[in-house]
Amino acid sequence: MLEGILIGLQTAFSLQNLLMVIGGCLIGTFIGMLPGLGPMSIIAIMIPVAISLGDPSAALILLAGVYYGAIFGGSTSSILLNAPGVAGTVATSFDGYPMARDGKAGKALTIAAIASFCGGSIGAILLMIFAPMLSSVALLFHSAEYFALMVVGLSAIAAFAGTGQVAKAIMMTLLGLIMATVGEGALFNMPRFTMGLMDLQSGFAFITLAMAMFALPEALYLVMDPSRSKTGQSGDIKDLRITKDEAKSIAPVVGRQSLQGFFIGVLPGAGATIASFLGYAVERNIAPEKEKQEFGKGSVKGLAAPETANNAACTGSFVPLLTLGIPGSGTTAILLGALIALNVTPGPRLMVDDPQIFWAVIISMYIGNLILLILNLPLIPYIAKILAVPRNFLIPFILFFTLMGAYIGQNNATELLLLVGFGICATILRFADYPLAPLLIGFILGGMLEDNFSRSMQLYDGISFIWERPMTLGLLVIACLLVILPSYRARRARARAAGVADGD
Amino acid sequence: MALDRWIGLILLGIFAAYGYAAWFTMDGSLAPFMQRNPIWPSTFPKVLSVMGIIVGLIIVLGLEKSDKPREENPSVIVYRQLKEFKLGQAGLLLGLMVAYALLLRPAGFIIATVGFLVMGSVILGERRWITMIVVAGIATGVVWYLVQVVLGIFLRPLPAFMGV
Repeated sequence: MLEGILIGLQTAFSLQNLLMVIGGCLIGTFIGMLPGLGPMSIIAIMIPVAISLGDPSAALILLAGVYYGAIFGGSTSSILLNAPGVAGTVATSFDGYPMARDGKAGKALTIAAIASFCGGSIGAILLMIFAPMLSSVALLFHSAEYFALMVVGLSAIAAFAGTGQVAKAIMMTLLGLIMATVGEGALFNMPRFTMGLMDLQSGFAFITLAMAMFALPEALYLVMDPSRSKTGQSGDIKDLRITKDEAKSIAPVVGRQSLQGFFIGVLPGAGATIASFLGYAVERNIAPEKEKQEFGKGSVKGLAAPETANNAACTGSFVPLLTLGIPGSGTTAILLGALIALNVTPGPRLMVDDPQIFWAVIISMYIGNLILLILNLPLIPYIAKILAVPRNFLIPFILFFTLMGAYIGQNNATELLLLVGFGICATILRFADYPLAPLLIGFILGGMLEDNFSRSMQLYDGISFIWERPMTLGLLVIACLLVILPSYRARRARARAAGVADGD
Repeated sequence: MALDRWIGLILLGIFAAYGYAAWFTMDGSLAPFMQRNPIWPSTFPKVLSVMGIIVGLIIVLGLEKSDKPREENPSVIVYRQLKEFKLGQAGLLLGLMVAYALLLRPAGFIIATVGFLVMGSVILGERRWITMIVVAGIATGVVWYLVQVVLGIFLRPLPAFMGV
């Protein structure tokens, strides 16, 4: 492990990669601050740039920097404007915005930055410990287990979609999977479902789909609903310092939430949003009665908890990505797509075959967190000026970057028409409350899922691998339970509630 | 019927068509030696189509119920608000994107992009012409330089008839 860390340090501290992480953090903060643009859109827009770098470590470092920056930027707009750019920072605005209204915006930003830094750094240490352990177990897996594991991942994402949403999330996953079957597969060498169109021969482009699923609907919403893009002056940000007492009171919160957030982040489908809400709720419940009253009115603990938890969860979400090659969230799915485009297959072999990528990413997480703290924090009063850019200028630019991203990726104008078409479909799907992240995750995992499934079928001459390999069977049972349990429990709770209403 | 169930119906149709292709039309052209394989190109699609149809039916028939009204979730847009939305602007911008896609090659990057950025702002109600043109011009130049020179991806700057 020590050797790995040294390789990582060497790679991460090269001038190019340092610039990447600094640039990524700044760009991420900049764009992440714009209300309505979440990390997924920003990473989708940055992918063509990252891919054209050609170096997988640099690309992943850049994108990870953008990811962290975007989350930090999202917290900034939550605190200053009460306009969270992403669901993961909604809990931040509960206490952050009241603090800013009391004229303590600078202090709130500092607490957010320190909490994020601690959450991210502790998360990175935990990642260093758990990722190698998990990947050494994962090396024992065969294609049958991989197939089952991916099914578990996809079901978990659907299961965490929330009550009443499981069927929709599964539907979206399946839609992503069937989109992945379009074009020529690696195993069969024959075009499938292309409807005779040459443009579909190589399948749908992942970047186009990522842009269409995330960046374009966000931009269209900003157009359709002007109240969503609250831009305007955010007032003066001064006095960034916090007192010793405040530091003392948030220290235990940060410690607890780093751990809790990390482990929630590891679960596929849970991620930063659940971690931040849960972190907030847990801290409020265990706080002494007097401090409990403060929550929601500008409590430092209430601000530190979700901020720590969401950053730790972001780091945690890298565990399944790097060790199993299975993304647990939309963002890590996009990162996975970028890695595949760069000819790197994340998974247990990554640590063996490309240790420099694996460790450089982890080391650059520390650097990224450090940069957010020492570089972005003092710059925040200036970066916040971007909130004053009028939307009449902003929106055409966002649309233009979406178009450019799809065009650069494929160098093909037909791709732009596909982008618009998919973008319209995605916007309608969002109207109807269908989650879009499962679609993209399904699309990205589709190829691998089918390959592993086919390989197991060939090895066992049929589907007998399901019951002949106990681990595969076990994983598939878990997948079924994950999908069925939430609906079952909701049904039972409803039945019980109905019974009570009847005077039972 | 609520919008999400209508969409469920459309998705059900997509899965049915996909399933039809997988079950009935795809295997016809399969080479005889491949037919002895335990796995055919249509195997995985067949599984997916069956699952898709089952889940589609669950959505369309409304078998899974949500226990909290969606209006409670602030990040969700309730489509009944649709009337208050500026659909016209969004439609025009989408049209503009299509025009950009069609014009990018023939008109060249610079004209197409400056036109797109200026028209985009105009659609959104901006009328400060000089500012718009200057901002769009600078941005176009910077992006062209970054893509062409830094990233090394060819973007034809000028219209096709000018030969570049």
